[in-house]
Amino acid sequence: MSEYKGVMVYGEVTNGKLSAITTELLGCGRKLSDDLGQELCAVLVGSGISGLAQEAIAFGADKVYVIDDPLLKDYQTDSNVLVIEKLVKQVMPQILILGQTSIGRDLAPRLAFRLETAASMDCVELAIDPDSKLLLQTRPVYGGNARAIFTCESYPQIATVRAKTMAPLARDASRKGEVITIEAGLDPSVIRTKVVEKVSEEVAGIKLEEAGVVVTGGRGIGGAEGFKQLEELAKLLKGAIGATRPPCDNGWVPDGAQVGLTGKIVAPDLYIAVALSGSSQHMSGCSGSKNIIAINKDPEANIMKVARFGIVGDWKKVLPAFTEKVKELLGG
Amino acid sequence: MEGEIGIMNIIVCVKQVLDPEAPPASFKIDPSTNKVVPPPGMPPVVSTFDEYAVEAALRIKDAQGGKVTAISLGANLLRDVVKKPLSMGADELILLDDEAFAEGDSWATAYALAMAIKKIGEYDLILCGRQAADWDAGQTGSGIAEILGLPSVTVAKKIDIVDSKARVERVISDGYEVIEVSLPALITLSNEHAEPRYPTLKGIMAAKKKEPIVWKPADIGVDPSQIGAAGRRTKMVKLFQPVREGKCEIIEGESPEEAAVNLALKLKEVKIL
Ligand SMILES: Cc1cc2nc3c(=O)[nH]c(=O)nc-3n(C[C@H](O)[C@H](O)[C@H](O)COP(=O)(O)OP(=O)(O)OC[C@H]3O[C@@H](n4cnc5c(N)ncnc54)[C@H](O)[C@@H]3O)c2cc1C
Repeated sequence: MSEYKGVMVYGEVTNGKLSAITTELLGCGRKLSDDLGQELCAVLVGSGISGLAQEAIAFGADKVYVIDDPLLKDYQTDSNVLVIEKLVKQVMPQILILGQTSIGRDLAPRLAFRLETAASMDCVELAIDPDSKLLLQTRPVYGGNARAIFTCESYPQIATVRAKTMAPLARDASRKGEVITIEAGLDPSVIRTKVVEKVSEEVAGIKLEEAGVVVTGGRGIGGAEGFKQLEELAKLLKGAIGATRPPCDNGWVPDGAQVGLTGKIVAPDLYIAVALSGSSQHMSGCSGSKNIIAINKDPEANIMKVARFGIVGDWKKVLPAFTEKVKELLGG
Repeated sequence: MEGEIGIMNIIVCVKQVLDPEAPPASFKIDPSTNKVVPPPGMPPVVSTFDEYAVEAALRIKDAQGGKVTAISLGANLLRDVVKKPLSMGADELILLDDEAFAEGDSWATAYALAMAIKKIGEYDLILCGRQAADWDAGQTGSGIAEILGLPSVTVAKKIDIVDSKARVERVISDGYEVIEVSLPALITLSNEHAEPRYPTLKGIMAAKKKEPIVWKPADIGVDPSQIGAAGRRTKMVKLFQPVREGKCEIIEGESPEEAAVNLALKLKEVKIL
């Protein structure tokens, strides 16, 4: 296994920029590769993305492999598995990390099976074991009720990383690195899927994942009408609306509002949790918040154990008065 | 019959798990065994997303006819639990039920399921939940697809069969993409899909009478060293409950409205506002 060396980051691009998760992966990868005394490389896959290689270097990569091909414009499982499989066999990294995103979730397992190794999904901590030099992969399991640490003795050790759990390095445009272009060499006939269309359901306003304040409603809100009241508070605080799963499943809010293990990961300064119980799966998506405030009629609800401040009461009575007072305090 | 698929053969993988909706306070680990202690009085259930996969299969069957075979892997599977797909309307239930199948990782589990699916032989579509509600890995579906050499689409919210292809709506972070995939294919389902149906009384009675087919490792031609705990590629070094520090300060008031005002004042005081 000694011929395997270095750490590789699978980079993602959104709206012509390196995704936030990619800068986080580079920050984490930098630390792992320094601990191993090895190189950190990034790979960028797509169409028209070669201009971003320098950006990956500014965030910590020593080398960037660019696979730029019109056939790679949309993420597709078959094409990405093929090009990354080829690159991994050529570069032979000890560790390959990806984001726990729609792409990483899809690509990592399939790639791991193809390369006859294994992946750990949704890791929140990665470290090098000082004795074995193996990657210690810590991930929440049982909906976040527990954590498990895994190791894998076949290379590359593959892990996906949860958003907002790793710190990016400060961008340093003066950092030097090497950019290497790789031919995709794809035969279009091996791609067994076709992306027919993409439908955006993005809500106007501040993006949930980037908001400094998130006002989240749960099942106890009872309907779409109730969310209007939450929206008023969110607007006042320049925040975004979130939801637990039941309001999404019931169509009170768009699916994209779901916070949690299988929804979005948020870590705002202020998280206001209204009429939600604080299930472990939900908390997986918001436990990184600086301050959690709970409004719930049940003093025994789990959210009351994890919040910093709480009110026991009916949200229908609490929320309007709270919103009113906040408006006054903000001088609005 | 090039280019035409009449009756669809659909296989759905369904896992029995500890109830993921059990209150977090009831969750316990036995440190001596590194295992989760089942919460008392809460029977296991079918993993949430797998129910969506069963629903997706039944919808295709309703629309154009077909045969839905559910398959579950584990040790000492509870018949009342794993028969749920039958009571929802699935035609057949196959159980890979043996100690040797237990405690596998994603690889060991996907391998055994793939070999069982190979033995079933005829399939146009294989459906799984996007991730199991216990280990939350989300790898089994993709693993089965890779072992069987099939295309895969993950985290789907809708499947339509059009011109012998599947048209799949795949959930992405701010919306969805429509993907066309050739058959046979493997698709994993998410809760954005239409809700799983409730079993009807008739369905429950039919499921009671139906005997599942039970396969042991030898029946699917796998060596016990490749499956379950013995077949793992990953090693679990430790399983633990993270300590949740933090104490909640309950804001009081004569009335809910007054408590609300006090909360706003408190947030101002500690400079959160
Ligand atoms: C594998 C898996 C993944 C999952 N992923 C996610 C995920 O990503 N995100 C997610 O949110 N869930 C997820 N879930 C679902 C999760 O387990 C819970 O079912 C869900 O989070 C519960 O939502 P809730 O707290 O709104 O509802 P409930 O648990 O029903 O809580 C409602 C709360 O509202 C309170 N309440 C009711 N009425 C009022 C009132 N008038 N005033 C004040 N309080 C009131 C009640 O006291 C109660 O505490 C997942 C589940 C599984 C199995």
